[in-house]
Amino acid sequence: MSSIGGVEVDVVRDGIAAEEMTLNMGPQHPSTHGVLRFVVKADGEVMREAIPDVGYLHRSIEKIAEKVGYHGFMPYTDRIDYVAAMPCNQGWAMVCEKLAGIEVPRRGEYCRVIAVELNRISSHLIAVGTMGMDIGAFTPFTHALREREHINNLMEELCGARLTFSYMRIGGVAYDLPPGWVAKAKHFLDRFEPLIEEYNDLISFNKIYVERLIHVAVISAADAIDYNLVGPNLRGSGVKFDVRKDLPYSIYPELQFDVPIGTGERGTLGDCFDRYMVRIREMQESIKILRQCLDGIPEGPVLGKVPRKFKPPVGDAYVRIEAARGDMGWYCVSDGTDYPYRVRVRTGSFAAMSIVDHLSPGLMIADLIAVIASLDVVAPEVDR
Amino acid sequence: MHDTLATRFPGGVVTLDTASEPAVRVRPADIVAVATFCKTDPALRFECLSNQSGVDYPKRDEIEVVYHLFSYALRQALVLKVGVARDHPRLATVSAVWRTAIWQEREIFDLLGVDFVGHPDLRRVLLPEDWVGHPLRKDYVEPESYHGISTKRESML
Repeated sequence: MSSIGGVEVDVVRDGIAAEEMTLNMGPQHPSTHGVLRFVVKADGEVMREAIPDVGYLHRSIEKIAEKVGYHGFMPYTDRIDYVAAMPCNQGWAMVCEKLAGIEVPRRGEYCRVIAVELNRISSHLIAVGTMGMDIGAFTPFTHALREREHINNLMEELCGARLTFSYMRIGGVAYDLPPGWVAKAKHFLDRFEPLIEEYNDLISFNKIYVERLIHVAVISAADAIDYNLVGPNLRGSGVKFDVRKDLPYSIYPELQFDVPIGTGERGTLGDCFDRYMVRIREMQESIKILRQCLDGIPEGPVLGKVPRKFKPPVGDAYVRIEAARGDMGWYCVSDGTDYPYRVRVRTGSFAAMSIVDHLSPGLMIADLIAVIASLDVVAPEVDR
Repeated sequence: MHDTLATRFPGGVVTLDTASEPAVRVRPADIVAVATFCKTDPALRFECLSNQSGVDYPKRDEIEVVYHLFSYALRQALVLKVGVARDHPRLATVSAVWRTAIWQEREIFDLLGVDFVGHPDLRRVLLPEDWVGHPLRKDYVEPESYHGISTKRESML
């Protein structure tokens, strides 16, 4: 530190003096994916640190669970991650089923997987679309959103809602697939699959886009595990782990699909581009899963017999599912009454936010946008 | 897994009877040693703290901090449970063992008021800095207002 004109400044490189700037980014900012705030300390364009400030969307959902009962909590799970509400529904249903030892009818499991995988595609479309937009390419976003509308239409026909589905119930799902829906869903997949290639031509391998993302914010596999990164963020660092494959649940063991991981194909293993490409490839895997489910869905009931007054025995259960933002942990403690004693949701976005201040030193300010986009953070999922 | 822990920490770990994952109860004084051992022992290799949470038990007069560990290398899971006194909940931080605990412990501090000794950055994470109380405590009473904004509504609609 030295003093120039009475102002304390840091002297860097060859005596060029630069004053440390403190920038406030957010909570209302087009690139923060919801209400997030960062306090950035920067030396010119280079960040010294970026400290995340979260909680703007905290609704105390875990406390609400203790007051509304097991069945009543289902609509609140939609609000944990509104971009991918189906996996939240499934996590809650599964932890309750584990506590009470309830079996879900096979057709119900198929309906769940179909709904979740469609939702994974629509969530990844948002992720890759907004990533382009954040980097400065607006057109791909419109392509991604156009396809997402088709999924929203299918979802609306399935459960009446386009975003906050509340489709699942403890013991199965609320509604069977409507007549003609399977054909419509297959038609969508046939239409959508080639569009991923088109999207790749449009943006994924665009030279400017690639160079904005490669070598940026490299996360090693060890760091990813240490910070408990999950899902595409973990796999982007080359860790081949997917809850659907490695801690299998529902009907996933019967389905054929691959787990794409980052390989550093254009830059360094674990950079922003790897995390991006994992999501693109996961959409293709979800299409594979959906085709198998739509072809193989058995007849039968979709909802098992579950008492209205749901009282699981005393105990606790921890369930992990592969949500769109990765491994989502549901911990529920039952005291034997019809209200859960304690519910805890451990989300992918929360872990992703916690690594930002570790990643940021030395990055350009503009790269912070790429980092947040590549981690696919959804603010309500951080804050709950 | 329990035998490995019991040999290393005689009398320090108690196996809990749970339906799903193996679970052990650990003395508060041992938590950092047990955590470090769980991470480094070649038979355990729990390099990931998958979930850390707290549960308030006024009847037992304790807050239970629950650690869900997971090993990517060995694909196994273990649950650690530690009880701390409700009126003075203090527990050593495990953030030097798993850095994910930096934020997860901040959340437990925020919502349950557990003081993690040795934590590098122990401040509220979800609630505003000037919030009073810890909402996930069972005896928490919601304030009438926050900075003049009422927390109650006359009608539910």
